[in-house]
Amino acid sequence: MSINNIFDVASRAMSAQMIRLNTTATNLANANSIASSAEEAFRPIRPVFRTVYESTASETGLSTVTVDGIVSLDRDPQRVHAPEHPQADEEGYIYQSAVNQEEEMVEMMDASRQYQNTLEVVSTIRTLMSRTMNMGQ
Amino acid sequence: MSVIRDHLATHANALTLREQRNNIIASNIANAATPGFRARDFDFTSALQQQMGTGSMDRSHNAHFATGTPGQMQLGYRQPINPSLDGNTVESAVEQMEFAENSVRYQTSLMFLNRRISGLARAIRGE
Repeated sequence: MSINNIFDVASRAMSAQMIRLNTTATNLANANSIASSAEEAFRPIRPVFRTVYESTASETGLSTVTVDGIVSLDRDPQRVHAPEHPQADEEGYIYQSAVNQEEEMVEMMDASRQYQNTLEVVSTIRTLMSRTMNMGQ
Repeated sequence: MSVIRDHLATHANALTLREQRNNIIASNIANAATPGFRARDFDFTSALQQQMGTGSMDRSHNAHFATGTPGQMQLGYRQPINPSLDGNTVESAVEQMEFAENSVRYQTSLMFLNRRISGLARAIRGE
């Protein structure tokens, strides 16, 4: 998909922030997940953002953002001794997911603020455009 | 025809430049979370002077070479107030302020254009 105008810029930026919000929701939903081994334990996921420039960006300055992929953070799950837990391994340990809830909340607020910013830009530019359409009347 | 164009030229040029600047600031806001992205902008005053051919580098003789092409502004990088660790130089507050100011100035230019056009129309109709 090529970038032609401000609406392409905004729509791609907003979908990138939406993916970021989705990953945060996934992380928060799995904040208390428990696994029987360190490999199976849930690790928080993050989107990787990359700038996409318009073909003539050196003149127009238009650029937007895209999600290159989603990566798992390399964090060690917490090993807790709970022999009575049904998911405990033979030594009696369970593995809690490595999600930091405060960090995810900050991510969530940041993503939603930036989504709002982009939306505000679009609505302002739309108003300006419609006023320009009525020029000279 | 050229008289009418000259009559509208300043604000018509200003309007185009304001729109381009709005697009650039919107691109900055879109990239507020991209690591390593450098916020861009251009100097409106010198860009307008360049478009109007009234800058300090104006041609005083027809045989002189023009400096720079009209319609092409010099894009620069914004100096961040508080640089962030990931190399991103977009500061939401700064960009929001610049965008708000630019939008208001866009509307001002638009209003001036409207008044000039309606003034011309009134003169043509002979009211």
